[in-house]
Amino acid sequence: MNLPALKFSKTPRDMNRRDFLRSGAALATITLAPGVTLMSFGGEAAANADAGKRWGLLIDVNKCSQDCSACVSACSKENGWKLPENPETDAQWIRKVDLKDLLTGRESSLPMMCQHCEDAPCVDVCPTGASFKRKDGIVLVDKHACIGCRYCMMACPYKARSFIHEPLTDQKAHAPRGKGTVESCTLCVHKVDAGGTPACVEACNTTGNGAMMFGDLNDPESDIAKALLAYPSIALRADLGLNPGVRYSNL
Amino acid sequence: MERTIYREIPASRPVIQLAVLLGGFIAAAAGAVLYIEHNGHIVTGMNNQIVWGLPHVFAIFLIVAASGALNVASIASVFGKTPYKPMARLSALLALSLLAGGLAVLVLDLGRPDRLIVAMTEYNFSSIFAWNIYLYTGFFAVVGVYLFLQMGRNTPYSIVRTAGTVAFLWRLALTTGTGSIFGWLVARSAYDAAIMAPLFIVMSFAFGLAVFILVVTGMCRLTGRPFGKSLLNRLGRLLGIFVALVLYFTGVQHLTNLYAAEHGGIEWFILRDGGIYTQLFWFGQVLIGGIIPLVLVFHPTGGVKPVSTILASVLVILGGLAQLYVIVIGGQAFPLDIFPGFQASSSFMDGQVNAYSPSYLELLLGLGGVALALALTGVGLKILRILPTNLSDGNVGQTP
Repeated sequence: MNLPALKFSKTPRDMNRRDFLRSGAALATITLAPGVTLMSFGGEAAANADAGKRWGLLIDVNKCSQDCSACVSACSKENGWKLPENPETDAQWIRKVDLKDLLTGRESSLPMMCQHCEDAPCVDVCPTGASFKRKDGIVLVDKHACIGCRYCMMACPYKARSFIHEPLTDQKAHAPRGKGTVESCTLCVHKVDAGGTPACVEACNTTGNGAMMFGDLNDPESDIAKALLAYPSIALRADLGLNPGVRYSNL
Repeated sequence: MERTIYREIPASRPVIQLAVLLGGFIAAAAGAVLYIEHNGHIVTGMNNQIVWGLPHVFAIFLIVAASGALNVASIASVFGKTPYKPMARLSALLALSLLAGGLAVLVLDLGRPDRLIVAMTEYNFSSIFAWNIYLYTGFFAVVGVYLFLQMGRNTPYSIVRTAGTVAFLWRLALTTGTGSIFGWLVARSAYDAAIMAPLFIVMSFAFGLAVFILVVTGMCRLTGRPFGKSLLNRLGRLLGIFVALVLYFTGVQHLTNLYAAEHGGIEWFILRDGGIYTQLFWFGQVLIGGIIPLVLVFHPTGGVKPVSTILASVLVILGGLAQLYVIVIGGQAFPLDIFPGFQASSSFMDGQVNAYSPSYLELLLGLGGVALALALTGVGLKILRILPTNLSDGNVGQTP
C-alpha cells in the first residue's frame, strides 16, 4: 500500500527572513498582548460579515418546554459566562421566560436573547458607536469602544443586555468580555463566521426539543426562510417597528 | 443707587472652613470612585435592572440646575431687567460650576471612566448622548465667553446682550437634550414622551433658581455683604412661578399617560402602587417640592419674609431630587412589557418590579459632585470679581 508522502509545509531551514519576522511578531502578540488582541469585537468581527445575508432565528414556542434549559447551558458553556448565582447582577446572554396568557391562562415558555434588530435602539443610542450592527444583521458590542454608560440597556426593549459588575476570570478567547462594559448574545458570531450554528440552536436540536432554527433570512432556499413563509410567526414588540432577526411561532 | 462694585471674596475663617468641608466631601467621593472602579459596580446598589442609580439622580439634577442657574443672567442681559444685572456674573459662574459637578458624577460612574477619551473622539451622531457631549462642551464655551464679556471693562451692552442671547438659546437646547435622553427611549413606558424635554426645561428653571438663591444669599451672608429683602422676595416669587410650571407639566404628563390604556401600568405604579416611588412622588415632589414652596412664597404676609424664600428654595431642591429619583429609578423599577397580555417570569427578573437600594458609595459620589460644583463656584468667587459688595435693594434699583 502506498501511503501518501508526508509534506512539511516549511522546515525551519527553509524559513526566509520575512517568515521569521512574521512568526516573531505573532509570538510577541500572543505572549505580550493577549488582552489587546482578544478584547475586541470591532473591525475583524465586522469585516467577516456578508452583506447579502441576514442571520436570524425562528423559535417554535410549542416545542419549547418549561423544564428544558439546554440552550441556556450551552450558551453559558460556549461563551464562558457563569449560570447566574446572583440573578440581579450576573450576566445572562440568554434566559428562559415562562409566560401565562392573562386571558386564557395558557402557559408557555421560550428562550429570550438579543433579538438582533435591523433598527436596533442600542445601536442608535450608543454614544461611541461601540454597539454596532454587522452587515449580516448580527448586533455586537465592541469591547474596546464601550465606555460602560449603560444607555443601550436603557434603550433595549428586550432586556437583552448585561453589564459586567465584577472582575472576570477564565474568559473564552472567542467571546471577549470585560468588567465595566456591556455585553449580550453574539449569535455565536465566531461559529457562524466559520460556517457553524449558534450553540443554543445546536443544543436545542441535540438535547432539547428541536424548537430553534438558525439560518439566513435573506436566502429563500434556507430552511428558516421556508418555515417563515409556511407558518405564522411574530416579532416581539412588533409595534416598535425594529424588525428583529429573531422570530417566534405558536406564541 | 451706587455703581456696582464687584470684589473677590476674602479668605476669611468661615470661607476657609467651608472650603475644608467641601474638600472633605470631594475626597470622600474620590475614594468611593476608586473603590467602585477597583471592585466593579457590584459594590453599588445598581444592577442589570436598575442600570442608572443614585449617582445619575445627582448628576442629572446638577446638569439641569446648571442651565437653570443661568436664568438670572438671562433675565438681566436678554430681557434687560436692571435689578438682576449685578447678579449676572455669579449666575454664569454658578451655571458653569454646576455643569462641571454634574458631568464629573456622570463620567465617574461610567463602567470604564478611563475611556473618556473614546467618548470625546468617537461619535455616533444618531445618539442623543453624543449630541449632549457637544451641548455640554459648547455650554462651557458659550457661557465662558458670556462671563468674560460681562466682566470686561466698558463692554457695550449690545455685545453682552448678544452673548447672553446665544447662551440663553444654548441652555434651552442643552436641557432639551437632557430631557430627550429619556424622551427618546421608545422601549420604556415611563419615558418615550415628547413632554420630557419641556418638562426638563421648567425643572431646570426651578432647580437652578433655587440653587442660585441659596448660593447668592449664603455667600453674601458669609462675607458680610448686604442682600436686599425685596430683591430676595422678587426672586422667591419668580421661583414660585417656575414651581407652578413644573407642577403643570407634571400634571399634563401623567394625565396624558393615564388616558392611554397601554400606559396605565406605569401610571398606577407611580401614582398609587409603587411604594417608595409613590411616596416620593406625592410627598417629595408634589407636596415638599411643589405645594409648600408655593404657599411659602405667595403667602400674603409670610411670603415677604426672607426665611420663606430660603426655605422654599431648600424644599424645591429636595423635591427636585425626589422628582428625578421617581423619573430615573421609578421608571426602571417598573418592568419592561415585552409580552403584552402575558404574565412573564424568568431568572432575569422579567415581569417583576425591580428592587434597588442605593449604597453609601453612590451617595458619596453624588454629594461629591455637589461639593465640587460649590467648591468651583467658591474658587471663582475667590479669584474673580464676581460677587457685588452690595446687593441691597437701594443699590440694585429694586423698589422695596
